[in-house]
Amino acid sequence: MDEHKPVTSLIDTLREHETPEGIRLELRLAGPVVRACAWSIDMLIRVILYGLVSGVFAFFGGIGTSLMLIMFFLIEWFYPVLFELYNGASPGKKAMGLVVIQDNGTPITFSSSLIRNLLRAADFLPFLYAVGLLSMLLNRNFQRLGDLAAGTLVVYREKELVRAHLPEAERRRPPVDLSVDEQRELIRFAERCPQLSRDRRIELATLLFPVTGKRGHAAVQEILGYAAWLTRGNR
Amino acid sequence: MRQEQFEARYQPLWQRLDEQLEQLESFRFRRGAELPADLPQLYRQLCNHYALSSTRRYSPQLVEYLHRLVLRGHQQLYTRRGAWLWRFLIFLGRDFPVSLRMNRGYFAVALALFLLPGLLAGGYCMYDDSFIYSLMSDAEVSKMEEMYRPDNSQLGRTIERSAESDFAMFGFYIYNNIGIGFRTFAMGILAGVGTVFTLFYNGLVIGGVAGYLTSLGYTETFWPFVSGHSALELTAIVISGAAGVMVGRGVICPGQFSRLDAIKRQAGSAIPLMMGAGLMLLAAAFIEAFWSASHMPNPVKYVAAAILWISMILYFVYAGRGTGGTR
Repeated sequence: MDEHKPVTSLIDTLREHETPEGIRLELRLAGPVVRACAWSIDMLIRVILYGLVSGVFAFFGGIGTSLMLIMFFLIEWFYPVLFELYNGASPGKKAMGLVVIQDNGTPITFSSSLIRNLLRAADFLPFLYAVGLLSMLLNRNFQRLGDLAAGTLVVYREKELVRAHLPEAERRRPPVDLSVDEQRELIRFAERCPQLSRDRRIELATLLFPVTGKRGHAAVQEILGYAAWLTRGNR
Repeated sequence: MRQEQFEARYQPLWQRLDEQLEQLESFRFRRGAELPADLPQLYRQLCNHYALSSTRRYSPQLVEYLHRLVLRGHQQLYTRRGAWLWRFLIFLGRDFPVSLRMNRGYFAVALALFLLPGLLAGGYCMYDDSFIYSLMSDAEVSKMEEMYRPDNSQLGRTIERSAESDFAMFGFYIYNNIGIGFRTFAMGILAGVGTVFTLFYNGLVIGGVAGYLTSLGYTETFWPFVSGHSALELTAIVISGAAGVMVGRGVICPGQFSRLDAIKRQAGSAIPLMMGAGLMLLAAAFIEAFWSASHMPNPVKYVAAAILWISMILYFVYAGRGTGGTR
């Protein structure tokens, strides 16, 4: 997979973690803007919760006040911890398609979740997460101080993968020897074909005129034929 | 092997793994959610297939499909699961006191940062009545006086709070005191400065108030009230401070680690202290609301306080020794 590593990895938000099996996991980091949106949603939910709690418990006298303050305490400090342990992300993050994981790709642990959420108090300083934002901008993994100390990353949750079927085409052996990368590019083209407009398909396929010797729709069919041969064999 | 043959041959294996993972993912909190016996083997085979598919010329979508399966398998295989209650009991009985003893140097630093300004301010306030006004505003001082005036029927509460029940105060102490402990810890990430400041400041104020009220002669109300919960509360604040100092040490003086690794390691070993301190503050809030404010005779309160202090010290010195090769 090494041939996959472009120079852009310096500014790319794709991070890799190598597992004990020698597999590289790819993690897509979430930046400050999407995290700020997630936080705003969470804040809204919390404000509603505060309102509900104080509305309900106001009717129960001393015990009500007590429960109300305890609920305030729990919402302030443990709202994110609870959800991060339950499904990896607070509702706001979940809505934005984010998830919190350890920097080795495993689900967040209890102590890491506790660290990153207690240190929120420091990240929040002096107002509205200024320290946290500064830390995120200075850090190549977009980690605020709490993430740094807990060893956690906020990454995008993978979207549901829909396997597309290669378009039908008559199988053809490619006329030249192709490297693995080149073969993969041809298959990638075939898989993307259904999403491309007809003109764009023809435009891309015609680029390979030196190989196929064809133009227009025939070139598209020719390349789909190569892809079919590469994935299915010639029988 | 062509991609189609490859997929046809191994699809059943991937599907079986997919089903097992789905079950595990939905049962994360269940204690009985044990790994199926063949999951590790299936997972390693999958890793092999994934590696093959990405070096052979298989389609990117197949590679992506296998990659996701690998990611999910990795998450389930390398995570800790279950036994929450048992781990909590082990934490109380062993891990918390052991980790405090292992980090007693930090505890000593935090204690000094809290105790020295406290003793100094307390001593000076007994000697000079007006010094308390250098530490607190006039309003705060008169509030303190009001709380511990001998003719106050609701000990430890201001007049406006006197109508509140013990329960309400319990909630207030949780919200306020545990929050203070958490913040003391969190400020440690700012190179320890925030923690040191919080400890020092709290030491000054608490010492000052104690000295001032003693010099006023409120000893029959103030000391019995605070003696009960002070064991847990003050010690917990110092422990939170120790945890904060640990994190701050990682920032300032990473030693042989990179700064980032040092912070992670220090925070990781500080978090048991912080969890313990949180639980102590919870217990202290309970004692403060229901015991300290009660109308028990003072000697009873003092005896209870002595028992609390002694058993807490014994707990920290002896609990968890000799189990599993720990100190």
